[in-house]
Amino acid sequence: MEFLFYMGDVFMPINFGLLMIGTIGGLILGATPGLSPTMAVALLIPFTFQLEAAQGLILLGAAYTSTVAGGAVSAILLKIPGAPANIATTLDGHAMAQKGEGAKALQISFLASAVGGVFGVLLLIFLTPVLAQWALAFGPSHLFWLAILGVTVIGSLDGRSVIKGLLSGCIGLWLATIGFDDIMGAQRFIFHPSLGGGINIIAALIGLFAIPQVITMFASGRHDDGAEVIKVQKHPIGGAIRELFRNKRAMGIGTVAGSVIGLIPGVGGQIAGLVAYDQSKKFSPDRDKFGTGHPEGVIAAESANNAMVGPSLVPLLTLSIPGSPTAAVLLGGLLIHGIFPGTDLFDNHPDVAWTFINSMLIGQILMCLFGLYVAGLAARVAQVPQSVMAAVVLGLAVFGSYSVQSSMGDVYVMASLGVMMYFLERFGFSAAPLVLGLILGPIAEANFIQGSMIAKATDGVGPYFMTGGLNLFLITVVVASVLYSAYMELRARRYSSKEEILA
Amino acid sequence: MSAPSLPRLQHIIGSGIVAIVGVWVAYISYTQQPAEAFLFPRLISSVFVVLALWTFSKACLGWTKVGQGISARQFINLLPGLIVALVYIFWAAKGLGFYSATTLAFFILLSLYDPAPHGSFKTWGKRIAITAVFMIVMYGLFAQLLTVYTPREVLF
Repeated sequence: MEFLFYMGDVFMPINFGLLMIGTIGGLILGATPGLSPTMAVALLIPFTFQLEAAQGLILLGAAYTSTVAGGAVSAILLKIPGAPANIATTLDGHAMAQKGEGAKALQISFLASAVGGVFGVLLLIFLTPVLAQWALAFGPSHLFWLAILGVTVIGSLDGRSVIKGLLSGCIGLWLATIGFDDIMGAQRFIFHPSLGGGINIIAALIGLFAIPQVITMFASGRHDDGAEVIKVQKHPIGGAIRELFRNKRAMGIGTVAGSVIGLIPGVGGQIAGLVAYDQSKKFSPDRDKFGTGHPEGVIAAESANNAMVGPSLVPLLTLSIPGSPTAAVLLGGLLIHGIFPGTDLFDNHPDVAWTFINSMLIGQILMCLFGLYVAGLAARVAQVPQSVMAAVVLGLAVFGSYSVQSSMGDVYVMASLGVMMYFLERFGFSAAPLVLGLILGPIAEANFIQGSMIAKATDGVGPYFMTGGLNLFLITVVVASVLYSAYMELRARRYSSKEEILA
Repeated sequence: MSAPSLPRLQHIIGSGIVAIVGVWVAYISYTQQPAEAFLFPRLISSVFVVLALWTFSKACLGWTKVGQGISARQFINLLPGLIVALVYIFWAAKGLGFYSATTLAFFILLSLYDPAPHGSFKTWGKRIAITAVFMIVMYGLFAQLLTVYTPREVLF
């Protein structure tokens, strides 16, 4: 119950103010189609430099939580999911809005998000310290395999092609080696003076997530977005609460599915929402009503996508392995304050760790309260034309990456990586494994070198890295995740080929 | 034998570039000294080059299933914006100063991609107003709040 000791810190005026700013800003950003939670958090990092570590994380955590929930606004009122996590919400949410139940849909979506989110954060609170203690037993070889696991799991599960996902991870791992070697001081792959200090993670994150989105907006050309916002009529909040209690089954399925899926690295809110929606439909006596504006669909999808937020941070805070691109961005936010997650975080910086986690708990409730009032404004923001959004995001990306170290080199790196990522994405590569490779590369290399030194003095490199229960377990998981994804990819292709033939 | 289709050709070029980078990374990793500094790069470049060559071979054989490539229409749409963005980032931001360059780039991009008609004074006024509001916000955030000192050459 250590977290209760630090609960008061969340209510300090500056912390609470940042929590409110992050929550309201996140709700608005989340409602904006094209601004994913990861990109929103990446663009916010430069604003945390001058804050203390806990304050910076409160802002980023609040933005992460509320962008996921805010995406429901545009999903319900415009039929455009604000984030991939809100795709399932669109199915019934927009149909409810068309039937004149827009306010009710928004209310139940925020209430379900808050319930799911609180459960997810409680899971984070109770699971994290236990796993962090367990992680103390990890040696360099285990941490090396864990870092490789982080890249391969996301590489194989995230994209549509296992080979391209793993190749993206390799590109990220290679990019992480650019600069001076830590031990020998040797120059590695420095083919431009801007790369002398290596690739700055924050600039890289901004480039990899923001610039492809900007170019995608350019590629759609001059067109009228024409998204029509459905006007909402007033609806008593008590009615929405009663609706939530009437649909306890959908609430439970969404919350449990989201929490479990959140713990698996690489599986995002989009999967959580769709799985919860599908399962609720299967178990519902009113399954025929799904897709026609049925509250159960909205409740299941929204409780799931917010329930996964807390558990998705468990691998990051315990093992230093970000389980999702947004967790990777949050890791960047921790590293700029010189804080390394894992056992170090809870032993040496418990105030930072617990204030951050507690703020996510309080943030869920604030998100629910503000969401109901900000929804109208957020829907208007969602109508901002893509031409304006592209120019705004480009400006923020340039200023944000420059402000990391007041270096033009970081701006060039941001732009180069961003343009490269756009073209790679067009050819089926994915940004998430590349980012994970870039972030986990230094962890993997440091532990590989350290492990090699120990191995040379003991049983040799092969036995040190390839034997032992935990090593073998991690290697098995790495291989199994790749094989499973390859099998699923082949199966999906076989089915799509059959459909093509039958069509 | 017929010529490869546009998406297939794009995949060959794209995966070919990735394969060249992979081979170059592997070559540097295995030839540069001191060897200890390149131990980890050797490990990852070996996997990198195998996966890259595999992807390239698949593209050459037309077996690539994932990735839509870029249509001619998309390329024509994105080209002006990309050129403006690259000139802004790689030259104007430092040459003209951050705020002047951002004002120009923002206004040009807005004008290029805004679906509103170009012949109306009202829409031009709207674009100027949006640019001005954006720059005021950026100046307030970065120059005043975060006190980031950016290159300043022309005007501010």
